[in-house]
Amino acid sequence: MSHAPQSSAMVGRTPGDMASTGHEPANLADILERVLDRGIVIVGDIRVSLLDIELLTIKLRLVIASVDTAREMGIDWWEYDPWLTSRPRRPIEADAAADEAHALEADAAAEEARERRLDREKHRA
Amino acid sequence: MAGETVLWLHAVTRGLDPRQLAGLIGVGGRPVRTVEAAGLVAVVSPVDLGEFGEEPLRRNLEDLAWLEVVARAHHDVVDAVGRAGPVVPTRLATVYRDDARIGTVLADRRADFSAVLDRVTDRTEWGVKVYAAPAPPRPAAAPAPDTTGPGAAYLRRRREQLSAEHQTQQAAVDDAQEVHAALSRCAEAVRRHPPQDRRLTGQAATMLLNGAYLVGTEHSQQFGATVAALSGRYRTIRLELTGPWPPYSFSTVEFSTVEDFGVVEHRDPPR
Repeated sequence: MSHAPQSSAMVGRTPGDMASTGHEPANLADILERVLDRGIVIVGDIRVSLLDIELLTIKLRLVIASVDTAREMGIDWWEYDPWLTSRPRRPIEADAAADEAHALEADAAAEEARERRLDREKHRA
Repeated sequence: MAGETVLWLHAVTRGLDPRQLAGLIGVGGRPVRTVEAAGLVAVVSPVDLGEFGEEPLRRNLEDLAWLEVVARAHHDVVDAVGRAGPVVPTRLATVYRDDARIGTVLADRRADFSAVLDRVTDRTEWGVKVYAAPAPPRPAAAPAPDTTGPGAAYLRRRREQLSAEHQTQQAAVDDAQEVHAALSRCAEAVRRHPPQDRRLTGQAATMLLNGAYLVGTEHSQQFGATVAALSGRYRTIRLELTGPWPPYSFSTVEFSTVEDFGVVEHRDPPR
């Protein structure tokens, strides 16, 4: 193949089409994850641990400087990042929705119990 | 120390005619060249210690603008080498003192390099990412019976709404898994990578699969057709194909496991 890698939306595209669409630069995320985290691992003479730098730097540059502000906006990935904490990681939001559902179920049950108690007290009075 | 030159390693290959790299510029802005040893060819760039030594490299890697330029330059060389023959990409920032050191590394790790080159010869890596599609608008929930108070009714409606969202998300996850299984049947090797950080991708949608597939180069059209067919099959998810890539995802020498569908899958090692 004589064409450079490129990101492409999938609609109607086949590998053969890519040769004719010109050289769009590949997505930076796709390149960074490959050159930082893939490829053969051999220790060079210059000792720099990419593991220390890659995730923290790239992520932190893209997150608001203030941790509190970020948390208010719902950006809290570091609380699940195994590199930064020891809490288990939740890979997809289906789990978060399920947890919220369970929490609200408990709240709903508590609310119903409270209203039944208030009804009893009203009738007793 | 500034002005002293060291060697940035881009990739390892074999049987390469150095003239095929004529005009190719490396990360340091200077032309790449080769170092040959043990039947292998290392493709290297001379770089200045002042910019690529341990301390400056550590600082520069913290600079996203610098990182982007260097990452793209590194990848462009890997890609060019890969178009001339089988290639083992090396990770960013693999730097050696001189030619002799590179020769020693080639000789010491000859078996590993050869195994990877054998694995990737005449094969292409394709990336397929799967995102959850935007959820369709949901009809309003039926009114709750009035035997309980308004607070409880609200909480029940909210619980039902979340339950429906959970089911939609679970369906998308299941469909992404089906896509991965179907693509794996077309590939010689597969690798599932962590979903990309959405702040890096700029995509609001949840990424459910970030897969790499090693496919015989002669089957590339067929693989693309399979991806296109899968794209049209599910309303819960959206597919994105990238490539052709040099075999970044298949260049490691790690343990592997065999998945249910009989394809050898290389897993990221536990960290």
